[in-house]
Amino acid sequence: MNENMFPLSRDELLQVYQTMRTIREFEERVHVEFSRGDIPGFVHLYAGEEASAAGIMTHLRQDDHIASTHRGHGHCIAKGVDVKGMMAEIFGKKSGVCGGKGGSMHIADLDKGMMGANGILGAGAPLACGAALAAKYRDNGDIAISFVGDGASNQGTFLESLNLASIWNLPVVFVVENNGYAESTSVDWAVACDSYVDRASGFGMPGVTVDGTDFFAVYEAAGEIIRRAREGGGPSLLECKMIRFFGHFEGDAQTYRASGEVDDIRANRDCLKSFSKTVTASGVLSQADLEACDTDVLSLIEDAVSTAKAAELPTEADLLTDVYVNY
Amino acid sequence: MARTISFKEAINEALDQEMTRDPSVIVMGEDSIGGTGSPGEDDAWGGPMGVTKGLYGKHGNQIMDTPLSESAYVGAAIGAAACGMRPVAELMFIDFMGVCFDQIYNQAAKFKYMFGGKAETPVVIRTMVGAGINAAAQHSQMLTAIFTHIPGLKVVCPSNPYDAKGLLIQSIRDNDPVIFCEHKSLYGVEGEVSEESYVIPFAEANVMRDGGDATIVAYGMMVGKAMDAAKTLAKEGVECDVIDLRTLSPIDMETVLESVENTGRLVVVDEANPRCSIATDVSAQVAQQAFKSLKAQIEMVTAPHTPVPFTTTLEDLYIPSAEQVADAVRKTFN
Repeated sequence: MNENMFPLSRDELLQVYQTMRTIREFEERVHVEFSRGDIPGFVHLYAGEEASAAGIMTHLRQDDHIASTHRGHGHCIAKGVDVKGMMAEIFGKKSGVCGGKGGSMHIADLDKGMMGANGILGAGAPLACGAALAAKYRDNGDIAISFVGDGASNQGTFLESLNLASIWNLPVVFVVENNGYAESTSVDWAVACDSYVDRASGFGMPGVTVDGTDFFAVYEAAGEIIRRAREGGGPSLLECKMIRFFGHFEGDAQTYRASGEVDDIRANRDCLKSFSKTVTASGVLSQADLEACDTDVLSLIEDAVSTAKAAELPTEADLLTDVYVNY
Repeated sequence: MARTISFKEAINEALDQEMTRDPSVIVMGEDSIGGTGSPGEDDAWGGPMGVTKGLYGKHGNQIMDTPLSESAYVGAAIGAAACGMRPVAELMFIDFMGVCFDQIYNQAAKFKYMFGGKAETPVVIRTMVGAGINAAAQHSQMLTAIFTHIPGLKVVCPSNPYDAKGLLIQSIRDNDPVIFCEHKSLYGVEGEVSEESYVIPFAEANVMRDGGDATIVAYGMMVGKAMDAAKTLAKEGVECDVIDLRTLSPIDMETVLESVENTGRLVVVDEANPRCSIATDVSAQVAQQAFKSLKAQIEMVTAPHTPVPFTTTLEDLYIPSAEQVADAVRKTFN
């Protein structure tokens, strides 16, 4: 085997691959199951964006908190939320991580530091500030991550949170996952500044832009600003420029995209392919290593889907539980 | 030991005692300390009405000023609550809920249910309500019903200093988000309050007066008006039950129904606008559950369906009066 040129060990690299591959397979499978009509409600898929979740979450501890977005499956998986419980939740089953009461847009697991996907764009930013405030108050070195898309980066909640985090010197990192589209609207049209680095500097914090399809670029940039936050250096903004394989939501005809755009990005800008190519070319991981991982992941997802389909639905008794006031 | 203090002092004492008891209780709000970063003295304001004055000196690391960014800091209080803190966020006026409503009704209120019971959000949002100081249309509303409508929120509105202290301590110790409504016209009202820490449980209405002829239900500043009306009516030979709801969600309808089943007459007093209010809610529940006990139609005394006017003559007309309450009770005997 060649010498490891990467900042991560062989086992860690394999873990990263497994995380990214799990997200990819999870989302591709949810896409298929949704199109069959087996999944109720709204679903927003993270496929194509895996390098961001994996590159950031590899630096996190279980007690670090993340506040996610409506496109939250990838964040959940990378933060360690149980994949089978997630799939059951998306199918609306009682065995889901939220007992079938949350669904795709509200998957959360506070024991894993996952404060929830969120149906309200930008709403997670103040919540992440709160998690960071709790960590700062307890002086335990934990940090929080606020994920938003390029669309939610225009929400007042997000902009207010940047300012609040800065003046309170909170251990929080704001990650803008810029996939180029706010639903159907181009980021070039909807964001009134040339660079998120400029926006960060307007709030008195460092800003970094990285190629969000390059795991190693995300990993390196996130490592620096997360270290800074842990050491009391305050908040930062990280923009991951990335791509979305699917539409805004499942069922989106995507007529706003250029002809051939999706085929092109799948062929030429797939973060999983580029990661695989890099690690196998170096010889640290072999194609056989990755294929063994693929087999495990496919088996896990198949199991998750079949278990979810067979699982029981919540009953009438579940309707009135888990709420503070119940008339 | 009990002594006489103001409503405002009772709130301050509740916060002080809870911050001492539990270091996870933190207080934040616009000017809760006052003067942060300014060249003058520390603790310059102690809250917009001076309610939190002095807490900075005693609990400097548990209280903080915020920027004028209600979504951000109310949301941060909610996020910190989900991570095990017990924040008390002060929102100067309930009228400002509009700028941070999402964090309250889509986030805090729903975490526990959406997450399958695996989240607690012990946050208190203290906020000023009500009219009476010429604060005009955007600083005087009684928006309690907006919050009682939403599952997952608890709504509290005390009428006197003793209840203010006990209900605030209960709110801080409660594991659910609480909208704690402080009537700005009551801050100066004095009453007997125990020095010791104590709690008043939610959903326990207070029977302020036991009369037997008619039932008056009220909350907040309207309790005083109801009591004044009851005194007037007593001189006319009509003895009223006066019930202070104290908490609006959860609500103690049992006490109300028990009283109405005895008196057969109900007047509900609410400083809010008339439709979809606490008054309509209580009336509907009584009509539904105690219809056969009623000897007269239910009367409601509320503000008119207008914004709160500025000038004193109009504001006085806007706020329900003791005389209107007395008239409403008389009407139930016609």
